[in-house]
Amino acid sequence: MKIPYYPGCTLKTTAKHFEDSAIASAKEMDIEFVEIPRWNCCGVVASITDDDIIHHLAPIRNLIRVLEMNKNGVVENEKRLLALCSMCFNTLKRSNKKVKENSDDLKIINDFMYKEDDYDGSVEVVHFLEILKEMGFEKVNKKVKRNLKNLKVAPYYGCTLIRPKGIGIDDAERPVIFEDFITALSANPVEWRAKSKCCGSFLTLNNKDIVINLGYDILTNAQDASADLIVTTCPLCAFNLDNRQKDIKKKYPLFKEIPVIYFTQLMALAFGLSADIVNFDKNYINASKLIKDKGISL
Amino acid sequence: MIKKIKITFHNEAFLKNIEKISGESITSCDQCGVCSGSCPFVEEMDITPSQMMRKVLMGDEYVMDNKTMWICATCNACTVRCPRGLDVSKVAEALRQIRLRKSIDKIDINKISKKDLTELPQIAYVAGFRRLTS
Repeated sequence: MKIPYYPGCTLKTTAKHFEDSAIASAKEMDIEFVEIPRWNCCGVVASITDDDIIHHLAPIRNLIRVLEMNKNGVVENEKRLLALCSMCFNTLKRSNKKVKENSDDLKIINDFMYKEDDYDGSVEVVHFLEILKEMGFEKVNKKVKRNLKNLKVAPYYGCTLIRPKGIGIDDAERPVIFEDFITALSANPVEWRAKSKCCGSFLTLNNKDIVINLGYDILTNAQDASADLIVTTCPLCAFNLDNRQKDIKKKYPLFKEIPVIYFTQLMALAFGLSADIVNFDKNYINASKLIKDKGISL
Repeated sequence: MIKKIKITFHNEAFLKNIEKISGESITSCDQCGVCSGSCPFVEEMDITPSQMMRKVLMGDEYVMDNKTMWICATCNACTVRCPRGLDVSKVAEALRQIRLRKSIDKIDINKISKKDLTELPQIAYVAGFRRLTS
């Protein structure tokens, strides 16, 4: 299956291991990500005021590229746009929803971008986890080559993957998709309170202390639930929960570090892919030793 | 004896403006406090989200001097629980926009330390600049 793919900024730089592990794991599932040509920044955060249309241009322009790919035959009748980063997913999907529901706004956007083809609202923004669920998690399970039965994994949903209602990929209060995914990979999902508590998001820029406090609560809650590691779908959550652990340690000296990895790294690990694809070296807290201690060879 | 009470707003224009920008019907807020109880940031705020809603409802422009609107990270924990279907994060955004549209930025990009510049991922910058600068 060939599907248009939107990477977003961070997956090309600090979260390259997120993209690499996703593409390689998807290949095992016979899914080919076709990167959309000339993609631009999605804006990261959705434009949520009622009177602000200009900030929807960037996401919609990316959706027009999907129509172009269909027109040029790069993909065949595949109007779904796949995102890996949950912030990109949320922003693209919210803009799409806005113009689908407000034809006046869509007309303004189309008129403004008069050099582009008109957008007709026919693209659907999807997250990789949704595609895997649709294919069937039992198919994912069949690809498992490294058994992860000794591994207790805390699925961290964060905010943008499941909220608000109508955008999220699962129930906003009691999501299960991530747990089902982890179970399919032969690992054990843990049940924990903080799985959808905000990590502090962009406040890491100007209110580091808030992010440290939230991170401390989230990470220690995962440890209390006896998790060995945390998996995430968002590069900003990954930064706040992984890289910020050195700041958490400074403030809370008794804090014990815990690896935070991308869900696709866990997938690549389970699928038996090589160490340079799983690439734990790129995470701030390296999970290699933990994986070895659990009797998993990498 | 029937006593008629006329409710007047201290500054109705402000309320109407916030309702227009946010697209939310703030007058339907019941002050139940579910938003404040759901907010992961509430301990860091000087007024709770429900107090912020009340102040906007009363037309109190000084609500913009409180820290709360700048601490809301639009995590939508309140939004999915509000029994009246209100999106408090949109109200916080509308309040921020009043300031930002006058080119009053919350952060000075030039003052970000070199250490942070090399350390932070771009996703943090773009998100932060979008929410905290004009």
